Amino acid sequence: MESLQLLVSGLANGCVYGLIALGFVLIYKATEALNFAQGDMMMLGAFVTLGLTNDHYWALPFWASVPIALLLMGAFGYVLEITLLRRMSGQSQIAVVVLTVALGFIIRFIAGAIWGHEPQSLESPIAGVNVRFSGLVLGLDEVAVILVTIVLTGLLYLGFAHTRLGLAMQATSQNQLAAYYMGIPVKRVSALIWCLSGIVATAAGILLASKGSIDPNSGFLGIKAFAAAVIGGLGSLPGALLGGLVIGVIEPFAARHVAAGFSQVVPYAVLLLVLIIRPSGILSQVRDKKV
Amino acid sequence: MRIVFKTSYDADLGLFVHRYQAFWYVLLLAVAVGLPFVMNDFWIGEAALMLIWAIAGMGLMLLVGHAGQPSLGHAAFMAVGAYTNVILQTSLGWPFLVSFPLSGCAAALAGALLALPTARLHGIYLAIATLAVSVLAEDGIVMLAPWTGGVSGIFAPDIKIFGVGFNRYVNAPGFYWLTLGVAVLVVLGYRNILRSPLGRSLVAVRDSEISAQAIGVNLARTKAVSFALSCGVTGLAGALMGHFAGVFNHETFTIFLSITLLMMIVIGGLGSIHGAFLGAIVITFLPLAISIVREFLNERFGTASVMPPGIETAAFGAILIAFILLEPMGIYGRWIKIRTYFELFPFCRRDMFRRQRGYLRTERIR
Repeated sequence: MESLQLLVSGLANGCVYGLIALGFVLIYKATEALNFAQGDMMMLGAFVTLGLTNDHYWALPFWASVPIALLLMGAFGYVLEITLLRRMSGQSQIAVVVLTVALGFIIRFIAGAIWGHEPQSLESPIAGVNVRFSGLVLGLDEVAVILVTIVLTGLLYLGFAHTRLGLAMQATSQNQLAAYYMGIPVKRVSALIWCLSGIVATAAGILLASKGSIDPNSGFLGIKAFAAAVIGGLGSLPGALLGGLVIGVIEPFAARHVAAGFSQVVPYAVLLLVLIIRPSGILSQVRDKKV
Repeated sequence: MRIVFKTSYDADLGLFVHRYQAFWYVLLLAVAVGLPFVMNDFWIGEAALMLIWAIAGMGLMLLVGHAGQPSLGHAAFMAVGAYTNVILQTSLGWPFLVSFPLSGCAAALAGALLALPTARLHGIYLAIATLAVSVLAEDGIVMLAPWTGGVSGIFAPDIKIFGVGFNRYVNAPGFYWLTLGVAVLVVLGYRNILRSPLGRSLVAVRDSEISAQAIGVNLARTKAVSFALSCGVTGLAGALMGHFAGVFNHETFTIFLSITLLMMIVIGGLGSIHGAFLGAIVITFLPLAISIVREFLNERFGTASVMPPGIETAAFGAILIAFILLEPMGIYGRWIKIRTYFELFPFCRRDMFRRQRGYLRTERIR
């Protein structure tokens, strides 16, 4: 029973990692850019929602502030793409990495300047309510996290595979020039993918902030999300979720069964192991070119 | 405008293109050596720090700029160098002249060990794997507390070479000259590697792994050697950094140090030794400049109350973004443009450095 409890809370944590990784993978899948500010966008999204909802700030009803926050952060992602990232197309990935890391610095500063550096919790209706489930006590927040993640991943997966926009995104990522020739508005597609990624990051942030607390340094969870994305196989949406779950589940079990001081390195050790055994992740997206 | 007329194949391999170039570099070295006679100890200390950054940057530049293998984990190798150096001196009582090269060797060995399993990784996968190494190293230092002092840190003993002390505070010029000497040796070694078969094969691997393989470059071996050399040089920088800081613990060598190193060489200009130095100048003096500007504003306009904390990092980030957007080739790239403009004056054309429009192609199909 105890292991089951650990498993569920691990799954809930893993889903948050998975959601951050999802935003990361979305951008990677469509533009091959690595957004190292994804964790910070998650943090900013959480703070925007918190600033709209909490009594201390604007005190809007939760269900009103969530869509506003999602819209705002979507617009934020869109603007980021058209102002900064668009100019980087065709340049080395390392330059994009440095750019987004610097962006993360700025986002962290902005959040700290507006909402302070103290950890805060989102006053949401799902926080602190317990659900009994045949002897298992689950927080409603954990259940919500798991459900939202599954729904979002499924929607995005189907969207990528079947909608016109999804196909355009896939084409853009495989060969930009060919996509241009086929009449795909590549620039708009990239901007939209950043918008979408901002929305997914905000969803992750809202869930994280109602599950626990959030402060400007929460963006560092992003590092675990990168690990998750790579374990799952960069470029695969179910892979991102899978990688997040792997890391999320490993963490509480490592904390329980591995000596203190050694447990926090286990996720990274697993990451290295996966990379050594399967260099392109569990659900590998790398294929050899057929000539 | 100068025309270099080469009459032998050796001219292609020379350290300098022509005699005037040699003259300028010797002059630069002379100025660098003479710096302590005109500057006070504070600025000499900062200059020494700049040189340490430059050495670390050259280590990373070899890997990222010339071998094309991105690494986000070089702080780990700086840590290996710093801890090996200090532990050899304090526990075994070995002199600095022995422990310092050995610390570089230890870091090189660590790098080669990492390269063996990761040689199959490309691009971003390698970056994330090295990122994991950086995180692991930070925790590893805490776990190995009996040797490394863990959270409470470890004191670097004073450097003594033949009875002369090189403490940073007591003998600032001495410490500066020591780092300058190491930096010059590393530059010479770096230059020589670049004009050796190894250097050529590094560049070949960077530009196209398939073509490199086709002309007979052993990929795994080249990558392992580039990792070892790069990590070794970074380890040397770490050892010097340890002495510069005086006392250090796991928080000295965080993931931020790795990221800062990478930012440094990207700002300086990837693929050139100059880039490492230019980037080091920016990394060392930008925080200083920002704090000077901040103090000036506070005094002049009394803005101390409205300046939120952490504005330095934000300003740093903004300047980085501006650099990357406006000059993707780094400071050295900009310098080449300016130099060419004057060399060709008045015949320089505007489109001369216009890049071919780049389009993205997936790296998931290869």
